[in-house]
Amino acid sequence: MKLTGSEILLRSLVEEGVDTIFGHPGGVILHTYDVLTDPAVASKIRHILCRHEQGATHAAEGYYKASGKVGTVMVTSGPGACNTVTGLTDALLDSMAIVVFTGQVPTTAMGCDAFQEADVVGTTRTCTKHNFLILKTEDIPRIVKEAYHIARSGRPGPVLVDLPKNVVMGRAEYHGHPQELHIRGYKPTLQGHAGQIKRAVELMKTARRPLIYGGGGIIHSEAYEELRELVAVTRIPVALTLMGLGAFDTSDPLWLGMVGMHGPYWSNMAMIHCDLMIAIGSRFDDRVTGKLSEFGKQCKIIHIDIDPTSIRKTVHVDVPIVGDVKQVLGELNKEVRQVERHWASDFGEWYAQIAEWKAKHPLRYGPMLDVIKPQYAIDMIFEVSERMNPIVATGVGQHQMWAAQRYRGRRPRRWLTSGGLGTMGYGFPAAMGAQAAFPGDLVICIDGDGSFQMTNQDLITCVENNLPVKVVIINNGYLGMVRQWQELFYNRRYSQVDLTIQPDFVKLAEAYGVIGLRARRPDEVKPVLEQAFTTPGPVIVDIVTEREENCFPMIPPGGAIKEILDYGDPIPEKLFQGLR
Amino acid sequence: MRERTKAIPKEAKARHIITLLVENHAGVLARVAALIAAKGYNIDSLTVGETVDPSISRMTLVVRGDDSVVEQAVKQLNRLIDVIRVTDLTGEEFVERELVLVKVKAKPEAKAEILRIADIFRAKVVDVAPFSYMLELTGAEDKLNAFVELLRPYGIQEFARTGMTVMTRGNKTPGKQTEEMWKEPDTKKVVGLVEKG
Ligand SMILES: Cc1ncc(C[n+]2csc(CCOP(=O)(O)OP(=O)(O)O)c2C)c(N)n1
Repeated sequence: MKLTGSEILLRSLVEEGVDTIFGHPGGVILHTYDVLTDPAVASKIRHILCRHEQGATHAAEGYYKASGKVGTVMVTSGPGACNTVTGLTDALLDSMAIVVFTGQVPTTAMGCDAFQEADVVGTTRTCTKHNFLILKTEDIPRIVKEAYHIARSGRPGPVLVDLPKNVVMGRAEYHGHPQELHIRGYKPTLQGHAGQIKRAVELMKTARRPLIYGGGGIIHSEAYEELRELVAVTRIPVALTLMGLGAFDTSDPLWLGMVGMHGPYWSNMAMIHCDLMIAIGSRFDDRVTGKLSEFGKQCKIIHIDIDPTSIRKTVHVDVPIVGDVKQVLGELNKEVRQVERHWASDFGEWYAQIAEWKAKHPLRYGPMLDVIKPQYAIDMIFEVSERMNPIVATGVGQHQMWAAQRYRGRRPRRWLTSGGLGTMGYGFPAAMGAQAAFPGDLVICIDGDGSFQMTNQDLITCVENNLPVKVVIINNGYLGMVRQWQELFYNRRYSQVDLTIQPDFVKLAEAYGVIGLRARRPDEVKPVLEQAFTTPGPVIVDIVTEREENCFPMIPPGGAIKEILDYGDPIPEKLFQGLR
Repeated sequence: MRERTKAIPKEAKARHIITLLVENHAGVLARVAALIAAKGYNIDSLTVGETVDPSISRMTLVVRGDDSVVEQAVKQLNRLIDVIRVTDLTGEEFVERELVLVKVKAKPEAKAEILRIADIFRAKVVDVAPFSYMLELTGAEDKLNAFVELLRPYGIQEFARTGMTVMTRGNKTPGKQTEEMWKEPDTKKVVGLVEKG
């Protein structure tokens, strides 16, 4: 029997194991939305109606990051499709596996400036891992299979599938989901080169000040156990990038902390004093390396990554190993176990040095009197929620960096943040997506007053779909991070960062029919959070903080890591001349 | 696809010739070109044509850049799903050919000289009009450049170059090509193309 393209599409999605679609309908995709009401489909797939397509894409990212299952989005042509570009780019830079289906005008109308037409494949060519335009109804099952495969394998990423109206309305025989998959231009290298792995071990044998610099790749390939084992054998200290947080147990004494622009002093110092850097699933982002010409000169570098383009992109690497982090570490561990060395005792001086940095430059902030310090608020969120094993998402800005520094996310896939693109407005919908994957878990979004206002309309989506996300707004009445830069680098000329005129977030919550809470004084923080995290349903907590608190340590943009500024350091005069 | 408008070479940067085997379907050329453009690499030329397997096209791309920049470009191209294989021919022995058509002004007193130049280069006269010749020449880039420079003083009226196409010498094939291309030849299909015995 022949089925319509829309029916084939949704059956293929069911076969792929898709259980949740984040989306928003519209004219051209109506035919496919109609099939969502088919009882056979409706019992398998839940559609969550997001109030803006950007939110739908971030929700799909959150769903993927938390669950490891590809996130799915469905939107209409033109405006709907265009609204997904931010999420697609965010997903591309942070390697999030999502598949976005977009409606498209009929192939006969394409290129004619038809109503709600946009060249979506052209527009998203550089912000997707791959994109497809389906031209024949019978190609739908194969392309769906390929789209999910490409999204989740290798270096994960976003894939877009454009669905012209005549293709989804056309009919074709459906022979079920294809079993085989054959994409001749796409065969990610999974196994690391044995010779390179041996060379890596040679370097490790003689290192005196080694450091593991781990990134999001460890989480994508789920290589936590292998990393833990590597560290257990070699006793090499571990620093992680913003995207890597959660990949290593933060209570382990060899855990240093985050590296990069706002990483703690000691882990950044370890980056510039180590004699061997073992980069694992991390890509030497400029927010980590600082000034490139001064990065990595003192050390040999081993770089393990599934994406060959990430290797030697910016930094010279002595031993490149292309492969899946989990597999490569598995092989590496076998070799390392053969090495006869009492690692830890050789590293005594190195540990002592790191401990000294830590003691001299701990994470700290000034005294708190009547006004809540944002750092304190983060510490309280941690204290109150930690035992509930929450998933924590963030917006982008100072609150994000404080959360990264101080909320010690202990577990993989429980830390959602926008690293590569730094997308304000990411946190709340991402939290919603994670909540959809884990309805029973506590999901907290630590947000900024600016970031939250970018995508807060999905509050109603949470209400409608019983997604009890807790949003904690670190409310400084500023676009705080930008204000900090203006303070430090533009002589306090505050241009367009003041958010004192803002909605009453408690009333906003109430307008959506959810609970809104507020803390203004330090002693109110803890009780308010306790109430929020134990109250069923979505909650907004507005924590009114000190307005002009700065996030330190900080490596000035364009500066070298050694120019890191700690809390209370005088700001060098040259920085006032604006960004270099 | 030629971004260079004048036939003048050459900055100091090394020339890299990259061949690609790609899926032969709509949008692939745009993908390759967009990637190169997005990275800001300077393309000298880009040519495309079908291979013996009609589902595969071959592209030849000439770029100038530092080795590390080109290495990065090659990796990026490899990452495209529609790209089956990428090979940088730097350091390989290969034959390179390009075709140029030049319509040059031919005043009566210059005609003989122009024809002599054409003769020296073994260029063909493919069209003659009262006051112009159209000349065709194939060869390596340098030869074409020299030819064009000699004609320039006479006044070039129209000018078209195809961009480079290349093939490695001898039995070697750059990086194994697709399995399909190595299959025993299907004699039915290639009769007339391959001399048997
Ligand atoms: C979509 C988007 N627009 C602009 C920026 C630039 N930007 C980075 S941080 C920031 C301020 C964030 O303010 P808020 O969310 O209130 O957080 P805070 O820094 O105050 O904690 C801005 C505007 C961005 N990252 N994303």
